[in-house]
Amino acid sequence: MKIDLTETNSSKINAAMVQARRDIGTPAIGMVLTLVIVTDEENAYDALKSANDASHEHPSRIIVVIKRVSRSPRSRRDARLDAEVRIGADAGSGETVVLRLHGELVDHAQSVVLPLLLPDAPVVVWWPEGAPSDLANDPLGSLGQRRITDTYSCENPIGALAGRAAAYAPGDTDLSWTRITPWRSMLAAALDQQSLSVDTAVVEGEGDNPSCELLAMWLADRLGVPVKRTLSSGPGLTAVHLETKGGDIVLDRADGALATLSMPGQPDRAVALKRRETAELLAEELRRLDPDNTYEASLKFGVAKLQATRPAEPEAKPAPAEKPAPKPAKKPAAK
Amino acid sequence: MSVNGANPLRDAQDRRLPRIAGPSGLVIFGVTGDLSRKKLMPAVYDLANRGLLPPGFSLIGFARREWQDEDFAQEVHDAVKEHSRTPFREEVWQQLVQGCRFVQGDFDDDAAFETLKATIEELDKAQGTGGNFAFYLSVPPKFFPKVVQQLKDHGLAQKEGSWRRAVIEKPFGHDLKSAEELNKVVHEVFPRDEVFRIDHYLGKETVQNILALRFANTMFEPIWNRSYVDHVQITMAEDIGIGGRAGYYDGIGAARDVIQNHLLQLLALTAMEEPGSFHPKALVAEKLKVLTAVELPEDLGKHTVRGQYSAAWQGGEKVVGYLEEDGIDPKSKTDTYAAIRLEINNRRWAGVPFYLRTGKRLGRRVTEIAVVFKRAPYLPFESGATEELGQNALVIRVQPDEGVTVRFGSKVPGTSMEVRDVTMDFAYGESFTESSPEAYERLILDVLLGDANLFPRHQEVELSWNILDPIEQYWDKHGKPAQYPAGTWGPVEADEMLARDGRSWRRP
Repeated sequence: MKIDLTETNSSKINAAMVQARRDIGTPAIGMVLTLVIVTDEENAYDALKSANDASHEHPSRIIVVIKRVSRSPRSRRDARLDAEVRIGADAGSGETVVLRLHGELVDHAQSVVLPLLLPDAPVVVWWPEGAPSDLANDPLGSLGQRRITDTYSCENPIGALAGRAAAYAPGDTDLSWTRITPWRSMLAAALDQQSLSVDTAVVEGEGDNPSCELLAMWLADRLGVPVKRTLSSGPGLTAVHLETKGGDIVLDRADGALATLSMPGQPDRAVALKRRETAELLAEELRRLDPDNTYEASLKFGVAKLQATRPAEPEAKPAPAEKPAPKPAKKPAAK
Repeated sequence: MSVNGANPLRDAQDRRLPRIAGPSGLVIFGVTGDLSRKKLMPAVYDLANRGLLPPGFSLIGFARREWQDEDFAQEVHDAVKEHSRTPFREEVWQQLVQGCRFVQGDFDDDAAFETLKATIEELDKAQGTGGNFAFYLSVPPKFFPKVVQQLKDHGLAQKEGSWRRAVIEKPFGHDLKSAEELNKVVHEVFPRDEVFRIDHYLGKETVQNILALRFANTMFEPIWNRSYVDHVQITMAEDIGIGGRAGYYDGIGAARDVIQNHLLQLLALTAMEEPGSFHPKALVAEKLKVLTAVELPEDLGKHTVRGQYSAAWQGGEKVVGYLEEDGIDPKSKTDTYAAIRLEINNRRWAGVPFYLRTGKRLGRRVTEIAVVFKRAPYLPFESGATEELGQNALVIRVQPDEGVTVRFGSKVPGTSMEVRDVTMDFAYGESFTESSPEAYERLILDVLLGDANLFPRHQEVELSWNILDPIEQYWDKHGKPAQYPAGTWGPVEADEMLARDGRSWRRP
């Protein structure tokens, strides 16, 4: 069921949701959290699709906040709220409200979102692209106990990591970190099997993929050894080498799906390590809503302390060799 | 397994990292059977797909069929494609197939067990399984002694520096004596802690949730006792008949098949005191305490009922009665329905009856635990206002439609005061994942990790037989099963049994 509301406000949207639920005959629903997606018209469709898929695991009220670009002084003055309420089959396993904010209202999105949050349930805010620099103090970010960003979608992903570290508040998390959970768990399992002491480590992957830096920083932080970051053409992360006295532990994934684990004195083994869809990442992210201290420690370790083979400093502009195809042109930065 | 504390990449705070089993393999005896195809193989795949199996995990099938490794791999492939819970992914399959082996042979074939031994050693080299193997005995219990003995004779049951575990399925005997014998046979070969008895009910999310519901909340525990609880009904109903299991089922019956293991386990979890911790020893101690406190009714004739389904129309289909099923002796006295009343002699539960019932060809497939509360001692309403008010109840729906229902009275909207029962519902499907892991996934992973919390210990098995044996003996000597039409909720005698206590069965 879908209800369109133009020039509306939060209480009318709430009333529409109650009405829609009545009409389809499910007046009570067991949703576990509110997911606020802050995005623009361009990314809204993909983000909502991923969120709907993730809502099969975590039934949630999804609020999509779309900040419309105003192109004339008149439209910038003219504040307007349009909304679309979707309930039932159109909205995954929860309910969805798509909000379109025009004009001045763009700067006051929290006033619209606050009345629409589920009572007494956790709030998660997700910026698929263009996250503010200080998440916890952002008007919308402060509504959530969990704030999800994706540094991979930034213009300068590695530089963005430093920004995230500087403004970190408990509850912040990043999909680049989520992407490496299978790698981390396989590496931890490898060290479970043989307690070898690691001397140095190497993380190899695409140049503009912050997951590689995060994995390297995690290893450096946990192992307390120098970790080198080297470049490859991808896809994504391609290999991790842990060098020990007894030989190398190598987890190598050339094709983005099936990896090989080699350990000293043991046969090589195949390990499935497929790159995951955004919906799966989001579902993992929503599984735990408490602060991720391991992420904090890894993030704060600092990219600068890694031994990089990249020609330029991480904060500097992307090096020419690093990135063959630039990301699509950016739209105006969201607030 | 190595010491987790020594691994710098492990951190208790890092809760994203799942528990991955150490290097290991699984040997399935009776790999051509239904259970193996429909449950075990898909569960192994689902575990691999969730990234919970160690690299190099190996699966060895053992059966009489003349298969090559490739045929076996094909069989696993088909079973996985058809029955797995998670989507089929080629790279996961590639990881799994490298460790698939098949050993052909009979259980008394020494050569086959030598081949098995060689296969295990080969896998240790090729896949790095480190000598850690679990032997899953998915075979009829009469073969247990043989298989276990063979494993011992061929030096497969123990290995220095690695673990060997035995996994056995119910039935764990058919009475106390046979259960003790079975335990003896298995324990002679495998150490007690390395024997895992599968009761797949205990692997279900909803059953584990009983503990969470009771011990993680404050609002239920204060009323979870004889002051507030009137009685408890534990039901496991099936809508199917005995199908092709005539040979196994006849002579065993519903009570031995279901009450002895599943229902008494559910009773133990519902009634036990809070364990000091979730250490397996602490948990089993509480379960044993409550099972020891179970008391049978004095007059077994009045407080137990057994039945057999008779031919009738069930859900739009005509079905035959139990005595007309293929392979069943027309004079069989085997129960396809059993209902018993138990009491628990402790301060918390004295005087609160626990009614356990199970049956085949009942109204629908459902398993639930219903805690029914006493009526309010005084109702300040006009007579008539509360006529439609029943007893408050808390129902844990184990399957299907997993969840918890609370039933209480509420005013009917209108100008007069009238109170009627309403329900408040928590459904797993609504609040959590659509596809919670299958019981077998959890249990196989626990076997590989050596975590014994969800497996009944041999003392529990023996205590359960202790409870059921007198009832079975009484039934053997007195009367015969009552008949009930297939598709109904059991014989009238069962309704009378509760009516004598002034109660009635819930319609689940």
